[in-house]
Amino acid sequence: MKITINVWRQKGAQASGRLVKYQVDHVSPDMSFLEMLDILNQQLISKNEEPVAFDHDCREGICGSCGVMINGLAHGGQLATTTCQLHMRSFKDGDEITVEPWRAKAFPVIKDLVVDRGAFDKIIQSGGYISAGTGSAPDANSTPIAKENADLSFDAAQCIGCGACVAACPNASAMLFTSAKIAHLGLLPQGQPERKSRVLNMVATMDAAGFGGCTNIGECSAACPKEIGLHFIGRLNRDLLSATIAGGSSVD
Amino acid sequence: MAAALTLNQSTIGKKAIMAVTGIVLYGFVIVHMIGNLKIFEGPEGFNAYSHFLRVVGEPALPAGTILWVIRIVLLLSVILHVTAAIQLTRIDNAGRPIAYKKVKRKQASFASLTLRWGGVTIFFFVIYHLLHFTVGTALPGFIEGDPYHNVITGFSSQVWAAPVYIVAVAALGTHLYHGVWSAMQTLGINTRRTEKLFRGIAVLSGVGLFAGFATVPIVVLLGILK
Ligand code: HEM
Ligand code: SF4
Ligand code: FES
Repeated sequence: MKITINVWRQKGAQASGRLVKYQVDHVSPDMSFLEMLDILNQQLISKNEEPVAFDHDCREGICGSCGVMINGLAHGGQLATTTCQLHMRSFKDGDEITVEPWRAKAFPVIKDLVVDRGAFDKIIQSGGYISAGTGSAPDANSTPIAKENADLSFDAAQCIGCGACVAACPNASAMLFTSAKIAHLGLLPQGQPERKSRVLNMVATMDAAGFGGCTNIGECSAACPKEIGLHFIGRLNRDLLSATIAGGSSVD
Repeated sequence: MAAALTLNQSTIGKKAIMAVTGIVLYGFVIVHMIGNLKIFEGPEGFNAYSHFLRVVGEPALPAGTILWVIRIVLLLSVILHVTAAIQLTRIDNAGRPIAYKKVKRKQASFASLTLRWGGVTIFFFVIYHLLHFTVGTALPGFIEGDPYHNVITGFSSQVWAAPVYIVAVAALGTHLYHGVWSAMQTLGINTRRTEKLFRGIAVLSGVGLFAGFATVPIVVLLGILK
């Protein structure tokens, strides 16, 4: 396959960037999208040009680092698929593909397609610790958890922090990510002691990081490679509002 | 309770204020639409209803008390709803200072993406509407206390009035098609189990309110009511 790609090139955080057109020949349909970018970079390196910087690590859909906007859709828009798991067979020979970095005030571009998702780490840090007994390991099943809650908590815990929800949201809101983190601890007995302070702190950090608010449009969940449901946002709202009205303190 | 005053400090809290005031306004438009349909009872029925709104509560309360309490609650709701909308819109727009060159949506409804335009349309419409049928400055031949006459004259002597009303109530219907469900989601009342129910109520509200409100200007324009 022959592919034409328009890639966002930007030398550094302060530099201004632009879309640059490249031709990539000899693309196999079995390649992943990142392997296609590897081929492009080989071409650039052999011409003594600067390769395109993009983030990647696991290349198996679990680390969350590879997200880019492909033809206007986060991770390319395929159901439950990260960019590294997207295959070139979902494109046609001769296609022109536009690749841009995530765009959000809270995710500044570092170089080319690489953005700083540190704001997500700050949200997680502000969630703090859970109170758990130390000492010898507790007996298995000594803390019963309803099957439904365990399943839901697991669903939420699948979030890989890729940022596609922010990238796809018209408001660049981080509500889906934050809701997944809130739900995965809030549904378990171990998450109860700090439940109020956790939600107050995480939402305050989320707002302060410069993400937009949620207007319940739902593009986040549709773009999420882990299919985190919108119902988790409802749960986050419920937790935050009850913690606020109960007058919970934000520091524990 | 004092803690509720801190709601304004988070985006979620601001949205909760929008949702609660939106539900108050939603209740109002439902009652208002049903009231409008009383026009089919003829001049006596329609004017009697309007009169009732002015005297309800008498003689226990001074004339017009209930009407003014309702008006103040509505006005406060509009102020809070619009203030939060403006604040949130600014926060949301600031969230993405650099736009994508290319962007597509996977599933967003037209209603969800145009909520702000709908809100602005409804806002300006309400001002016009108050001058038209409540104060009367926008209606030549306005007669205080004879709403039946005013509605008929309004839509038959001013040909552009009916289209303006129809566009405005279409904006209202679209606003609520998303808004009613969205309010339940924002308040954390919606869960996976209630998802279909609230989506259904929202769609029904949007379509039903549009149909109910649009009926009156249409029948007057067609000369069915004179
Ligand atoms: C007066 C001008 C109005 C403006 C500028 C306006 C604007 C908005 C905006 C921007 C939203 C989105 C809130 C969000 O960010 O989630 C919204 C939601 C909503 N609006 Fe309005 N609106 C107006 C009038 C009305 C009226 C007249 C009603 C009811 C009849 C109404 C009912 C609602 C409801 C129920 C919601 C959902 C609240 C939520 O999502 O939490 N609005 N409005
Ligand atoms: S919620 Fe989904 S889209 Fe958002 S960061 Fe987590 S995995 Fe990525
Ligand atoms: S590289 Fe790890 S999820 Fe794509």
